[in-house]
This record gives sequence, C-alpha cells and structure tokens, in this order.
Amino acid sequence: MHADHDHVHPHRHPPQPDVEDTPSTYYQRLEEAVRELLIAKGIFTGEDIRRTLEIYDSQSPVLGGKVVARAWVDPAYKARLLADGSKAVEELGIPMDTTKLVVVENTPAVHNVIVCTLCSCYPRPVLGLPPDWYKSRNYRSRTVREPRAVLAEFGTQLPDGVDVRVHDSTADMRYLVLPMRPAGTEGMEEAALAELVTRDSMIGVSLPRAAPVTAP
Amino acid sequence: MRGHHDMGGLPAGPVEPTEHNYAPWEKRVHALLTLLSHSSRGIIMVDELRIGIEALGAEEYDRLSYYERWIVSITNNLLKKGVISTDELGRKLAEIEAREAKGQ
Repeated sequence: MHADHDHVHPHRHPPQPDVEDTPSTYYQRLEEAVRELLIAKGIFTGEDIRRTLEIYDSQSPVLGGKVVARAWVDPAYKARLLADGSKAVEELGIPMDTTKLVVVENTPAVHNVIVCTLCSCYPRPVLGLPPDWYKSRNYRSRTVREPRAVLAEFGTQLPDGVDVRVHDSTADMRYLVLPMRPAGTEGMEEAALAELVTRDSMIGVSLPRAAPVTAP
Repeated sequence: MRGHHDMGGLPAGPVEPTEHNYAPWEKRVHALLTLLSHSSRGIIMVDELRIGIEALGAEEYDRLSYYERWIVSITNNLLKKGVISTDELGRKLAEIEAREAKGQ
C-alpha cells in the first residue's frame, strides 16, 4: 500500500446491511413468534411454510396471460371460461382452490374493472400477489364511484359510448377481466399473444399491449 | 354504521401506481393464513381474518401496514380460539427478543 495513496490505511467497507441486520419490528417478531408456536404445536411444519412460499413465487400474471391468450384463439375454451372460470383455468393446470373465479369479458360496448372495496381480494392463482395500489384507500374508494377518472389516471381513455362495469370482489369470489384481443393480431401464435396480456389489462385499468409492428 | 374498512364510494385522492416487492416476513404472514385456512385445518378462515382486521380501530387500521394488520388479526384469532395462550406468546416474544439481542 502506497503511503501517498488517499487510502493509506486498510479501510473497512461499510457492511452491506442484510435484512437480518436491521432491527426487527414488533410485528415481524409477532409473525416469528406465532409461526414458531404453531410449528411447535404440530399445526404445520416449517416445510409446509416453505412449500407455500414456493407456490406464491410460482403465481404470476404470466398464468393469467396464458388463460387470456387461449380464450382469444379457442372460442370453445372462451365459452367454458366465461361459463365457469375456476374449472376452465384448472384445465390449464391452475388450481383455484376454494375460491370461485368469475371471468368478465370486455367487448366494444362493455369495459370491466375489478376492485375489492372492503380489503384486497384478488385472483391470486392467475395474477399472483396484488400491486400496492390495488390495496390502497384511493383505488378502493374511488373505483366504484368514478371508474373513468381512475382509469384516466392509468392512462386509459375509453370512448364515451362504452359501458364501464365495476366488479367488487369478495373473499370467496374473485374476478378476472378478459381483455379484447388487440387489432392486427390475427396471424399471431398463442404464445406471442400471451405476451401482449398485461397484469393491469386483466384488472381492467388498462388495455393489452398493441400488436408488435412487423416489417412489411 | 359504515365500518372504517368499508370505503367503497368515499372521496379519496389520486391512485398512485405504487408497487413493492413483498418482504419475506410479509409473505410468511400470508403463508400462515393460507395454512391455517386450508380445508385440512380450518383454524382461521378468510372471513375471520377480515373480521379481525375490521375490529381494529380506525386509528390502528390506518397506522398499521397491510400485513401488520394481518398478523395482528391472525394472532387475536388464535388467542380467541385458544390455539395459543397470551402466556405462551409473551414468553415466545421475550425469547425472540433475547435471541436478537445476542445477535443470533
């Protein structure tokens, strides 16, 4: 080490704070305490917790996108999806467990939006964990009263003649919006279509991505 | 009377498009409920979780974060049902605090 160097003495880098290094909050300790007590009582195991966390990690809007793309290319599947959402997503290997899934279809005349005014009910098996704004006071309060204003905040402007329907979810019944297939996607494969389907378009606050522009 | 949680239709501010990655402890709180409400156990169902959250006063409801409300409701439900006792919980919390103080 050179004496004329700015750093003549071996300096310690500030330790990278790990999650474990920041002092826990009371509520984090409460989670730990409850979990350890329930495991000690044999109500479930640590392995059960790990497996459950793995299932959460496997749930994402990618699954919902597959459901929507299948409905776009297969009219018979779409009919089954609208008739019984839970059963139809199970066909694609997505278990809804005990919650009922109701799929609502956007058409040129009707645009659907989902909300949970009372808490945060959300179609997790097909969309994963909800974004923070879905659980926010502002979204929950206003979506049922002024949905067009809320949609505008997401950059979504609907023509005046479109009927906006808001669906308030419950603990036992979850909604999923089936967006309209974007124009100009007639020749696209199902897998490519699935990539146009965004999470927000399945909540109903926005529309799917436009068809990619292809070279002439 | 309208409960504090029952906010549909009330005036409120603009929707901020906020997202965050769920912290591990938040996902574990969720996992606790998933396991407790599983049909093989049926110890706390989702409606009971909600009743516990709605029973928080307006002030607590607004002060606590989303999963903080959940863990408080889960804990209160477990105490009410006698699945765990206040003594056990107090001892376990003290044990966890002592463990953290020792840096473990």
